[in-house]
Amino acid sequence: MDATVTVDALAERLRLTLLSAGYAASFVPSLLLAILTLLCLPLGLAGVGFVLALAVVPATAALTAAHRRVSGRLLGEGIAASYAPDRGVALVRPAYWLRDPARWRDFGFLCFSATGGFVLSVLPPLLLTTPVSWLILAFTAGDWAWVLLLVFSGPLLLAWWVTVEPLASARARAERAILGHDRVAELEERVGQVEESRAETLDHSAAEVRRIERDLHDGAQARIASVGMSVGLAEKLLQTDPEAAAALLREARETTMDALDDLRSVVRGIHPPVLADRGLAGAIEALAVAVPVPVAVSVAVPRLPAPVESAAYFALAECLANTVKHAAATRAWVSGTYDGGRLRLVAGDDGRGGADSGGSGLAGVARRLAAFDGMLAVDSPAGGPTTVRMEVSCLPL
Amino acid sequence: MPAPLRAVLAEDQALLRVGLTRILESGGISVVEAVDDAPSLARALTRDDIDIAVVDVRLPPTHTTEGLEAATAVRATRLAFPVLVLSQWVEPLYARDLLAGGEGAIGYLLKDRVADVDGFLAAVHQVAGGGTVLDPEVVAALVSARSRPLDRLTDREREVLTLMAEGRSNAAVAARLVVTEKAVGKHINNIFTKLDLPQAADDNRRVLAVLAWLDGR
Repeated sequence: MDATVTVDALAERLRLTLLSAGYAASFVPSLLLAILTLLCLPLGLAGVGFVLALAVVPATAALTAAHRRVSGRLLGEGIAASYAPDRGVALVRPAYWLRDPARWRDFGFLCFSATGGFVLSVLPPLLLTTPVSWLILAFTAGDWAWVLLLVFSGPLLLAWWVTVEPLASARARAERAILGHDRVAELEERVGQVEESRAETLDHSAAEVRRIERDLHDGAQARIASVGMSVGLAEKLLQTDPEAAAALLREARETTMDALDDLRSVVRGIHPPVLADRGLAGAIEALAVAVPVPVAVSVAVPRLPAPVESAAYFALAECLANTVKHAAATRAWVSGTYDGGRLRLVAGDDGRGGADSGGSGLAGVARRLAAFDGMLAVDSPAGGPTTVRMEVSCLPL
Repeated sequence: MPAPLRAVLAEDQALLRVGLTRILESGGISVVEAVDDAPSLARALTRDDIDIAVVDVRLPPTHTTEGLEAATAVRATRLAFPVLVLSQWVEPLYARDLLAGGEGAIGYLLKDRVADVDGFLAAVHQVAGGGTVLDPEVVAALVSARSRPLDRLTDREREVLTLMAEGRSNAAVAARLVVTEKAVGKHINNIFTKLDLPQAADDNRRVLAVLAWLDGR
């Protein structure tokens, strides 16, 4: 700890002392609310407690919210509340509050703030103000005993200088422990997210399969059937009308080409061959080549598991397609890095901006990435430039 | 020379609609209306100057089984109105729905069969004449589903049964197996006896009996 006396250090310590005084002052409402909360329980049986709780519990929440804000700022991180959502009409809410651990943690905070917390926080202002008040008393009362006590003020001020920071941060950490999200709630939330993303992934896969089936049915399958028809008819006309037969055969040959084209595009939509051959870096190069605006590509990633490569490839393909379709850009860029646990991709262009992460294309990409514990963030102010950042968790091959 | 057949065609793929129209016209069947979705098909099927409908199973708006539903619907109002259903793949279950009425004049074929132009045109005429035509694929599925009781049949009898189930007349079966029609008649009698089926005079009734048996009902 830096203990040299500078103006900055002094100002900082004075600020923390004020803060501690505020923490200590919270003793009064905390004690009051704690007592009222305890009163709510027996009175709840008489029904009056319900009405009382409707005033006390929100007041407690307001107090703890203020403490969360202040302590969070002191620790340089947000402290999130985790109340269960309110349900039903106002009068029955206290019954739900009884079952909500977050409300009980609020009560625990009240007890802490009225006892140990008060002791922690009252020390710094006391250590600072005692010598000052002695000094004033010494001069006004003129009693020599006060002068003698002045001797002790040096050590007190030193103690204040040394302890004010640890005491303030101890208080803030204690509040984080009491009021913050507990581990179980965090895991529950995480499980909720995972369940949601799994459901979305399944929906997405089912939709993909349906799309592939439709593409085959309407494309290659229909064309090949039509080739059969043309050839069959040509066979029938061969003797009677050779010219018509030749025209039909020519048509059949062209349709065969189209059918192969269709099949190729379906295959590309399932798993681009270039991705299988070259990995993500090569496939992104290939994507960039096909885009009509110049694309600067700097992707340095090793071979990753196929599902991740595929998701990342289609995500970038979507971004580049958006660039071509909507951005009116003159250039675009794609970069990718991998640190052994997380793949980070950035796609950007200097176009008109206004891209919307809620749009169907990018929302679909976000869903697809969510399956890999990934995320997608779009920064696209009107007038551009647009930057889409994507991250995906994956282990190296 | 009978009057040429008049057909309604329902097929959503333009390419195939053109191909089918050409093929039907080449066989002297006039396509009086070619439609590409279910509502237009329903409208076209109310015409009284048509002899047969050739419909794709899948049509817009939902691309599921509109053609099939239109076929059963029209036969509910116009008894035994000839319908030939075409599909990219065959589903024995759909065949069962189509055959459920048991009045014939129904066909269910893979689109691939259309490439055999003469065979396809023959099928159209057969359905228009009240016959039943089923794709060999459907029959194969039905036959393999009923494999056990068929053990009683000889190989040749099983061949005859399969061809008959596809809706071919005795003459056509005879031509296909290169035997006399009389021999085919004998095989058929044996099959009907072995499978406990009621004897029937005309081809189509026989076919329907065989199909009903294969379908396990």
